[in-house]
Amino acid sequence: MSSAPAAREARPGPLPADPVIAVRSLAKSYGKEAGAVRALDAIDFDIGDGEFVAIVGPSGCGKTTLLKILAGLLPASSGTALLRGTPILGPRRDIGMVFQAPVLFPWRTVLDNVLLPADVQRLDRQRLLAAALDLLQLVGLRGFERRYPSELSGGMQQRVAIVRALIHDPAMLLMDEPFGALDAMTREQMNLELQRIWLERRKTVVFITHSIPEAVFLADRVFVMTPRPGRVAEIIPIDIARPRSLDAMSTPAFGAYALRVRHHFNALGTLDA
Amino acid sequence: MNTVGNAGLRALLMLVVLGIWELCVRALEVPVYILPPPSAIFRALYVGLSRLIYVQNTWVTVEETLLGFVAGTSLAFLLGTAIALSRRFEYFLYPYIVMFQALPKVALAPLIIVWFGVGLPSKIVNAALIAFFPLMVNTIMGLRSADEDRVSLMRSLDASEAQIFWMLRLPSALPFIMAGLEVAMIFALIGAIVAEFVGATSGLGVLINTLNFSGDVAGIFSILLILSVIGLVLNQAILAVRRRVLFWDVSQKSVTEDTRKGGL
Repeated sequence: MSSAPAAREARPGPLPADPVIAVRSLAKSYGKEAGAVRALDAIDFDIGDGEFVAIVGPSGCGKTTLLKILAGLLPASSGTALLRGTPILGPRRDIGMVFQAPVLFPWRTVLDNVLLPADVQRLDRQRLLAAALDLLQLVGLRGFERRYPSELSGGMQQRVAIVRALIHDPAMLLMDEPFGALDAMTREQMNLELQRIWLERRKTVVFITHSIPEAVFLADRVFVMTPRPGRVAEIIPIDIARPRSLDAMSTPAFGAYALRVRHHFNALGTLDA
Repeated sequence: MNTVGNAGLRALLMLVVLGIWELCVRALEVPVYILPPPSAIFRALYVGLSRLIYVQNTWVTVEETLLGFVAGTSLAFLLGTAIALSRRFEYFLYPYIVMFQALPKVALAPLIIVWFGVGLPSKIVNAALIAFFPLMVNTIMGLRSADEDRVSLMRSLDASEAQIFWMLRLPSALPFIMAGLEVAMIFALIGAIVAEFVGATSGLGVLINTLNFSGDVAGIFSILLILSVIGLVLNQAILAVRRRVLFWDVSQKSVTEDTRKGGL
């Protein structure tokens, strides 16, 4: 456990000065002109260096589409997304991704799974080995290097996936409902764990979830998305001191933030958290 | 289930079955050219093995089977890979594949003897032809089975298509490929024997034909015994490879039982 750093300053303004990600009037539609479905419309935001952003919204609000565009897995229909000033036009090597499922390779050991980005991008395995062991230590998986994924629990597998996403020191970490498949208890533990890792590493994180408490607990700012077409309805800075404990979730301030997010969905009748 | 006690019981039961067979055949005075008693079969096996005639012909059949297996499965793997990776390739090849698949491949054996002669090559071709399809189909299915999230992960890491193939698609396909190889091995043996029946100068199939002519049914049974042992050994060899290659596959299950049903 690292020593608790000072509480981060909440960012009151919507746009940080030196953005890692800058999204400008981004839109995405599927299908041909006439029957096209607008998945995303007029998306504008900046994300600052080392910032933790949670995007919360009901299923079908286009949050996964947005993440895929940021990952370079999908092209935008119009508008731009910049990562460190350069447009995201395809997959990039300075992005780490974590999916809802751990997506480990069962024929690789924990260590080899973690080093997958090194193998794909032909990075120096020896140099990254130390980093891999450090990160495994950080998530409490030292001693499991030679195990295979099938020998680990769901929570442990997801921690391996997080280590894999961090191993090549990416500029940004994209997480697509990474704890959605875990049971409630494990999920809370993983939220604490992720906060701890983030406090230590200070990566820029874009975290997608449909759980309002999870979003408020983890994020510096919560982006509330509403569907049809997918839009960012509100950006809410979360001014709660870190490290946040699970007890923080029962404070009035936390409840007020959660309620504010929930209002957007109550109107729509699409609520699942 | 598989305890020492049960294994003993199993062996005992087999001895009892053989004993009943022996007794029935003797008591009912069944002629040996209809159904020989087990004792006669084992005697024929012993005589055949000691005169080396069984050993030589066994080797011929095993050689044909293995060469046919290697030829058929290599080709099946290459073609299956090409089809799995290229929609265009699949589109143009598809009609031939469907036609060939519907065809009982053993019916081609006479033609293959005409084209390739009575020697080793025709046996290899016939064995290869029959071993080909199960592996090709499984290779295609396997290579297309790669989990979409894993593909997305590889793409997000900026992996090339070649890397996605070698690091993800091929390992993902291995359970299917190993299952295909299991079936292909048994099919290759069938192909070799059928080709020997149709036209050959040596091999266990030829031996069966010869013994059939001279009405030596005990001899035929002894050859069937050898064939079943060959099949068993070849299958075990594949399973041993499978255990090594697929150590990570939690659904470690031999598919032979399921797939071989409705074989030939």
